[in-house]
Amino acid sequence: MTTTTGQTTAPEVETTLDPSATPSARPGRRRGDDLAAWLFLAPYLLLFGVFVLLPIVLGVWISLHSWDFTLPGKPWVGIQNYRDLFTPGSVTFDPFWNSMQATGIFTLFSVPLLIVVPLVVALVMNQKFPGRNLFRAVYFAPYVLGVAVVGVLWRYLLDANIGAVNAYLGRLGLPADTTWLSSLPEAWIAMVLVTVWWTLGFNAVIYLAGLQDIPKELYEAAKVDGATPWSQFRYVTLPGLRPVTMFVTLTTIIASANMFGQAFIMTNGAPARETRTAIFYIAETGLQDFQMGEAAAASWILTVALMLLALVVFGVFRARGSVES
Amino acid sequence: MRRVVQYVVLLALTLLFVSPLLLMLVTSFKSPGEASQTPPSWFPNPFTTQAYERIFGAADTPVLRWFLNSMLAATANALLVVLTASSAAYALARLDFRGKKAVFGLIVATLFVPPVILIVPNYEIVGRLYWLDTLLAIIVPTAAGGFGVFFLRQFFIQLPLELEESAFLDGANRWQVFTRIVLPLSKPALATLALLAFLTNWNDFLWPVYVLFSPEQQTLQAGLSTLQTANAVRYDLLMAGAVVASVPVLLLYMIAQRFVIEGVSRSGLKG
Repeated sequence: MTTTTGQTTAPEVETTLDPSATPSARPGRRRGDDLAAWLFLAPYLLLFGVFVLLPIVLGVWISLHSWDFTLPGKPWVGIQNYRDLFTPGSVTFDPFWNSMQATGIFTLFSVPLLIVVPLVVALVMNQKFPGRNLFRAVYFAPYVLGVAVVGVLWRYLLDANIGAVNAYLGRLGLPADTTWLSSLPEAWIAMVLVTVWWTLGFNAVIYLAGLQDIPKELYEAAKVDGATPWSQFRYVTLPGLRPVTMFVTLTTIIASANMFGQAFIMTNGAPARETRTAIFYIAETGLQDFQMGEAAAASWILTVALMLLALVVFGVFRARGSVES
Repeated sequence: MRRVVQYVVLLALTLLFVSPLLLMLVTSFKSPGEASQTPPSWFPNPFTTQAYERIFGAADTPVLRWFLNSMLAATANALLVVLTASSAAYALARLDFRGKKAVFGLIVATLFVPPVILIVPNYEIVGRLYWLDTLLAIIVPTAAGGFGVFFLRQFFIQLPLELEESAFLDGANRWQVFTRIVLPLSKPALATLALLAFLTNWNDFLWPVYVLFSPEQQTLQAGLSTLQTANAVRYDLLMAGAVVASVPVLLLYMIAQRFVIEGVSRSGLKG
């Protein structure tokens, strides 16, 4: 797990998710430790209980009511909120599924780019050369900026009339009047590319750490066997990167499926409500219009959809693994 | 020849990453007229700080106040994360107690819960605590995530036991061992966690947009969208706001770049 240093010392083996494997510092002090442990844990567990565990349960409870934060009465409606979200023609059906479609489109186009492009960048950088760490630091830099900064900046650069992007496209003899933020599919292209610009460095850094963990001997052995650069990549690099690639795929899917800031700042859901994503819909419905029952139900549907998708990804990587080994 | 191609690619990428940020900085020092010229000029002429003067003083967009709010919230959040996560992680790394497996399992399981599920109920909870429109709503709930506990536990577990053992023999108790031996040995990990918490909190967007409403209560990130609504295409003002929101994190990143990148690459391999 903590394999960045590449060492496999004894504690390394214990970094499984099984805490009973932890060596006890002082065996035989079990009694005193019980109290001490809970005291050590108490401050964090208070936070965890109130802002993680309680909301998970409360979210289900809210979703079963017609729950308006500002009204005293919160009548029980059972599974009505869920049923409405699945009933064509209901008040919530169209806006919700429209937003799910927006999230789906964004995820579908951003995830492959964010898996492949950072891998290419990481491969280019996976050699010793002067200035390497500087380049790595520069590519990662946009990621430390907030989505609001990135959104406002690119809204300026992509402005249809005075934006730098259109100005320079015009210089190259390309169309200089593209309305990047108010028409489709331009708005999707813009938001996907801006997201790649923003988070490429994050995924590249993770790939780079993974590449450096692949034992050099494997490449040398492959060379001895006369492997071409392509077959080295295919049979050494890719299999060696599989756990890292799975991590990148899962975290990127989750991040893309939770896309909010880019749409909020750059398009505000325009044109019409076409680029309003699912989490955008949930926030507006629940925290602005205070239809919290509907919003809580919608967030459970999105979460279950995400978990199913994660299981599929997990399954695909597993299956690949067993085929190759 | 290969080397040349490699550097050309790397420099082209550098240009792609740096030039938007540079234009942001340059535009923030332009006059309103020059800021809407196309193609954009790369040297402000005349050079002016009018954009900053205007947004720092405005009543509906008090950017200086937002800066202080963000500083306060992100610092307090980073402290809260490090304090609560380190003691919890120590218990999970070193102490034997009933229920340990269950507690740790629960914390790890919630790492995989998409945050969207928490938004609506946490709004209700924060409302019941009368924290809406206060910085407490930004500081406290986000400190409850399990990442810090998980991250520090992995670090504590691989510290050598001998130092702790000999401190016990000298009559130290658990608390003393934790504060005088374990924490000082863990400075790099604690710094990394504090840094990641600060950056995450500073950049948080959706939550502050909805739980803060008064102009003077905004964080910088949430405020940027207010600034945008108030000034549509006054890009001199918007870029000045964006610069104020970027400079602290970019500076922090330049100073502690190694910690940020190592923290991130380690989190990837934990998968």
